[in-house]
Amino acid sequence: MKLADLTQRAGEWLRGAGPMHDVVISSRARLARNLAGMPFLSKCAPIQQKEIETRLKQDVLAAGVAEKVFYVDIAAAGELDRKILVERHLISRQHAKGKHPHGVAVSSDETIAIMVNEEDHLRMQTLRSGLQLAKAVEDVNRVDDLLEQRIDYAYHDRYGYLTACPTNVGTALRVSVMLHLPAVKMTGEIEKVFRAARDMHMAIRGLYGEGTEATGDFFQVSNQTTLGKTEEQIVEEFLEHTIPHFVEYERRARQGLLKNRRTAIEDKILRSLALLKAAKLLTSDETMYLLSLLRLGINLSMVEEVDLKKVNELFLLTQPAHLQRILGREMSDSHRNEARAAFVRQRLSEN
Amino acid sequence: MKSKCDKCDKPATIHLTEINGENKVEKHLCEDCAAAEGITVKANIPITQLLEEFVLQSAHGDEITNLTCDVCGTTFSEFRHNGLLGCPNDYNAFERPLEPLLSRAHEDATRHIGKVPSRAGSDQKKQNAILKLRAELKNAIAVEDYEKAAAIRDKIKEIENP
Repeated sequence: MKLADLTQRAGEWLRGAGPMHDVVISSRARLARNLAGMPFLSKCAPIQQKEIETRLKQDVLAAGVAEKVFYVDIAAAGELDRKILVERHLISRQHAKGKHPHGVAVSSDETIAIMVNEEDHLRMQTLRSGLQLAKAVEDVNRVDDLLEQRIDYAYHDRYGYLTACPTNVGTALRVSVMLHLPAVKMTGEIEKVFRAARDMHMAIRGLYGEGTEATGDFFQVSNQTTLGKTEEQIVEEFLEHTIPHFVEYERRARQGLLKNRRTAIEDKILRSLALLKAAKLLTSDETMYLLSLLRLGINLSMVEEVDLKKVNELFLLTQPAHLQRILGREMSDSHRNEARAAFVRQRLSEN
Repeated sequence: MKSKCDKCDKPATIHLTEINGENKVEKHLCEDCAAAEGITVKANIPITQLLEEFVLQSAHGDEITNLTCDVCGTTFSEFRHNGLLGCPNDYNAFERPLEPLLSRAHEDATRHIGKVPSRAGSDQKKQNAILKLRAELKNAIAVEDYEKAAAIRDKIKEIENP
């Protein structure tokens, strides 16, 4: 199993299934951990960083976190491989950069990814499709228990798990869900959602996490507070208050659109499908925009010839790095737009 | 600069200049009115900004900036600059300025009540001893004193696996 085997398909979390999958694309849980008796990464000499990577790579591969796990040495990886890992949400954009010793261990179904030498020595994440946050947290907790048998973590009686940045200290648990909110966006109520998130101490980010703006119709909501709450409390707050709130907003907006602007919406959605099936040139942004409308159309039962799984896959496979890997060559922007349009046409004509 | 919001009497915190062709329109809004107009205000306060505010407010600014971790040598002003701590002991070394900061970042909480490693971690003293040795090791390697480096490595092993 290696990275190249992944590019032809989408990971488990993009299946387009799971609870509330009409609005919730995926759920993610992430734990940050550091080795006891070691400086945090920014204060490590290169030789220490190498020592940490060698050791953690061994531990992570030997811990039995999944049936099959492979390790990608990012420092040695090419630009395209790094981008593919980011597009698949297996590493952060930050982790794709640099030549210092760092890598990621990935389970073959891609539900588990363990970054070594990110901002913290270890960042382990689990991904699930739809709203399966409790499952994702259970998974990450199990990974943590397995690693803990081999590794002494930096832990403080008062502050909990110690992290390089104090905004992560305590449980060091970050839970997040990826939401598809096209109707809220269309009805101009997205600011309400942002404000609600802020009031609930939640952060909203774009498709690729920290440092990416919340643009388009996809939003990542995550907890900001990691200290003074148990892991269970963090999940419970998220599942019982935060997420139902956002899902409700979106569902209500969709009902409103159907009631008041049905023909206009149907027109928009069916035009998107027709464009995707006929266009000769498609930029990445336009593809995202059209696929988002198509996804909405499927959820509103206006489109039946394409299913959610296919749309979710197209979101991933039309990203620049994936497209180039699938077609087997590096391409300029304009060539890519032509190749992307051809790829989308072909996928949509298959059944 | 205009200090009141164009739409209500609250203080304006967002100042925009819109350019439409030849026309320049200036807007001064409070956060709520800006949000109502669809202008997004960044919801997450970056840690470095929290730090900046904190040091500015503090009566003992200088004293705090000069705090230094005696294990890894990180100063509070370094932390203030890049938002990252140097080693686990920084949580003790910077405890005084960190507590109010943690409380702001974590909805007033300053105590962990979640998961505890089942394998009781080695105590703080031991961890700091190892951290200090590692700092010495780093220096020994930097000056290519490999004999000393080997001796330090042995010491670390001894403490790690007594």
